[in-house]
Amino acid sequence: MSQITPEVVQAHQITPDEYERIVSILGREPNITELGIFSVMWSEHCSYKSSRVHLKKLPTRSKLVVQGPGENAGILEIGPDAEGRPWCIAFKIESHNHPSFIEPFQGAATGVGGILRDIFTMGARPLAVMDALRFGPLDDPETGLRNQRILEGVVGGIAHYGNCFGVPTVGGETTFEPSYAGNPLVNVFALGVFRKDQIFYGKAHGVGNPVIYVGSKTGRDGIHGATMASGEFTEESKQKRPNVQVGDPFMEKLLLEACLEAMHTGAIAGIQDMGAAGLTCSTCEMSSRAGTGIEIDLQHVPQRETGMTPYEIMLSESQERMLLVAHKGREHEVLEVFKKWGLDAKIIGTVTGDGMMRVKDHGKVVAEIPSRPLADEAPLYRRPYTKPLRTAPMEAPAFASSDLTGDLFTLASSEDLCSKEWIWRQYDYMVRTNTLEGPGGDAAVIRVKETGTSVAMSLDGNGRYCYLDPREGTKLLVAECCRNLACVGAEPVGATNNLNFGNPERPEIMAQIVEAIEGMAEACAVFETPITGGNVSLYNETLGEAVFPSPVMGIVGLMKTGAPAGIAFKEAGEDVFLIGGIGDADNVRMGGTQYAKQVLKRIWGLPPKLDMEFEKRVQQAVRAMVSSRAVTSAHDLSDGGLAWALAECSFGKEIGAEVELHSTLPPELLLYHEGPSRVIAASDQPEQVIALATQYGVPALRIGRTREGHLSIRNQGQTLIETSVAALKQQWATALEGKLHAGLHA
Amino acid sequence: MKFGVVVFPGSNCDHDAWYAVSHNVGHQAEFLWHSDTDLKQSDCVILPGGFSYGDYLRCGAIAKFSPILGAVKKHAQAGGLVMGICNGFQILTESGLLPGALVRNRGLKFICAPVRLTAGTRNSPFTNAIPDGRQLTIPIAHGEGCYVAEQRVLDELEAEERIAFRYVDNPNGSLRDIAGVLNKERNVMGMMPHPERATEPLMGSSDGLLVFESLVRAFVPTK
Repeated sequence: MSQITPEVVQAHQITPDEYERIVSILGREPNITELGIFSVMWSEHCSYKSSRVHLKKLPTRSKLVVQGPGENAGILEIGPDAEGRPWCIAFKIESHNHPSFIEPFQGAATGVGGILRDIFTMGARPLAVMDALRFGPLDDPETGLRNQRILEGVVGGIAHYGNCFGVPTVGGETTFEPSYAGNPLVNVFALGVFRKDQIFYGKAHGVGNPVIYVGSKTGRDGIHGATMASGEFTEESKQKRPNVQVGDPFMEKLLLEACLEAMHTGAIAGIQDMGAAGLTCSTCEMSSRAGTGIEIDLQHVPQRETGMTPYEIMLSESQERMLLVAHKGREHEVLEVFKKWGLDAKIIGTVTGDGMMRVKDHGKVVAEIPSRPLADEAPLYRRPYTKPLRTAPMEAPAFASSDLTGDLFTLASSEDLCSKEWIWRQYDYMVRTNTLEGPGGDAAVIRVKETGTSVAMSLDGNGRYCYLDPREGTKLLVAECCRNLACVGAEPVGATNNLNFGNPERPEIMAQIVEAIEGMAEACAVFETPITGGNVSLYNETLGEAVFPSPVMGIVGLMKTGAPAGIAFKEAGEDVFLIGGIGDADNVRMGGTQYAKQVLKRIWGLPPKLDMEFEKRVQQAVRAMVSSRAVTSAHDLSDGGLAWALAECSFGKEIGAEVELHSTLPPELLLYHEGPSRVIAASDQPEQVIALATQYGVPALRIGRTREGHLSIRNQGQTLIETSVAALKQQWATALEGKLHAGLHA
Repeated sequence: MKFGVVVFPGSNCDHDAWYAVSHNVGHQAEFLWHSDTDLKQSDCVILPGGFSYGDYLRCGAIAKFSPILGAVKKHAQAGGLVMGICNGFQILTESGLLPGALVRNRGLKFICAPVRLTAGTRNSPFTNAIPDGRQLTIPIAHGEGCYVAEQRVLDELEAEERIAFRYVDNPNGSLRDIAGVLNKERNVMGMMPHPERATEPLMGSSDGLLVFESLVRAFVPTK
């Protein structure tokens, strides 16, 4: 067996202090297998050692929360079925950033696979996936071609996995910044549905119960994936390609059906997927949560290759595997189900009462570690922090547009705002026939056939805002998610978060993390969206350059099942309202907008200003308007401001609007500022809109009328924007494909 | 009328077909397991969409060897109704119950989108309820839906009015815009679009009901 030298310890990314702690937990020096086990369990990815003390600040409870953070996914109750039995949703977001850079297709595919297992390991059938993707600019002279290749690979991987598995990919968002060129972000959200009495937990209950391994055989792939995800990228990172796992969605589909069927036998006591850190993580977490121990013998683990060492078997991240604990005496019922689905299922050990994770190989003990300290007592770091990293100036440059309509076309053809249909038409977004609102809307909506309830989901992040001010930026994105939900008529009820940041050992990066979490805590309390779980992805840096601070929120809401209003204007001649009013704007707060980015090619100042109490009233008013059908469409204002929101409302049916404003703001600000708390809605019942706005104390400006094929905006009698909808739509619809294939013709 | 929905490992539209028949069409639907040979007295067998056996090798290439397919073939030979949707269509061509083959889409990418279809004939148990000239909006979701066959076969399909559905705007490069075809005896039909995904207003279209209503209308109880 290998000698444990300081170099070996360091190669496992374990600090000397952490090593001391391991020795004191074990009461002796670890062997190499044990060192490997500690290194993955105590990696940033598995232990949240840098973020945990701050994550405690987040609100996690409400009367609907059945399961908060700490399990495979969070669970919320959504209402009863016809027989009065309560139903629940399980949802969570996970990142697969590092693998997706090294091998985009498989990295993204296995990201989807991992989060799906988190959902069905709890007993829920996955019914929706969404993705938040961040790439480097597609037309960058140096990195553009690589960025294109990464995007095509990631999208292909998501499509491959989700389509074959049979879960609809119902939405998401894709944006671009130079800081993601060396470190793309791939965050995958999944949501499943099940009855409350069908929830399963990752707990190894019942001393003497058999521990069963099911699914794919274990191979040498993905060893040290979790520690890889906890380090920065360097030139050598590409040599880590063997660390990336290969996904098999067909196997996962069989695993899903077999697990749900096995759960229904009543013979399963607990179950957990093998994700990051594979067999190691599932055995120690399941026993730690239940206060038991687990003893396994590796000779029974199905293996794809010969000659694997205990170290390799314990650390493998081969995909599509689950660990479950059956009730003693009923294991044959479980094995029978897996046999029916043609899957490997082997009893590899038993639950013990001594609190130890004991790993044997042909009867000989190769690792023996107390479960709880391994799973739960990873070192916690209160990493020092200073002021958040930013180099952008506060001062606004002078700007004045000579062609405001041309600026709108610039936005339409930008990577961030152009149509993403080229991406989402590769995803089966309708399988299972629950999708009421698919990609391209403000929020995705799926119905739950059994309850008459629908679940709305919004995924959002804004690296630019968070870079300028992590605290305010994060509040803005919580607000935007909730506003998106209001626009489809849903009430926000819970959230999951993915915190994508750089190296937390740098105090100015740690400051971004702390500020973002505190902003999130404050906003989630106001909007009553407890965080029920999530993921932290740190060390998103390449060659010392960190990504923009990029918290991504996934917020879910509930509504009665019905056809959503949608964002598109439906008929010509309806009244167009700006709910929430023109809003506040000044030059400093223009610095994070799409106008600043795409037209002025600059970043400065601060993100838009948010008044959360006002925002909440606007949302309440909009929700009331949408659910009472007082409006025929609703769309929130965010990226690109008022002018861009009007353009987006126009594309669906090529029905635009004639808008007349009366504002003293400079036209660039009036059209393109991104002040929150605003929604565009069309209505054939204007009195009702005004009555509801008055009831909630928010302004509802009647700014114009919808008009077939034409979009114009005037202010104080002066024409600012005038265009045919078709021309603008053409630009918007074809931009992404044009950029992706530009390289081929160059 | 009783519909049997075959479940292969990797089928993922089996539940959608079952739901459409039992909830939206209002007839009986039952799942049939791939390794069984009992069709449970189904009047119409549906081979649903998905990725049967992972679609390794070629779409539908492994499913044709499954025990249930032997029973489906016998059912078809006896004049029983068989409908293959998406992967089910691929299985029917692989197993020789329908002519031609489905290859990768023209653009080499998976496409999910509602498309417009016209019925190529009303003279079939799958299309008789579709009004003349009516365009149907029904979604597609496939990566390998480009229908190809030898010219001789295509001519024959046209001459015998065996093109069940055509795309109005061909999304995948299918020859002669073919979206669905019938066998010679007109009791077996395969189509790439998913009629089960268009069976109620909340799905965005109810046009798929016309396919199921045609079946119900054509069905003559024999027992």
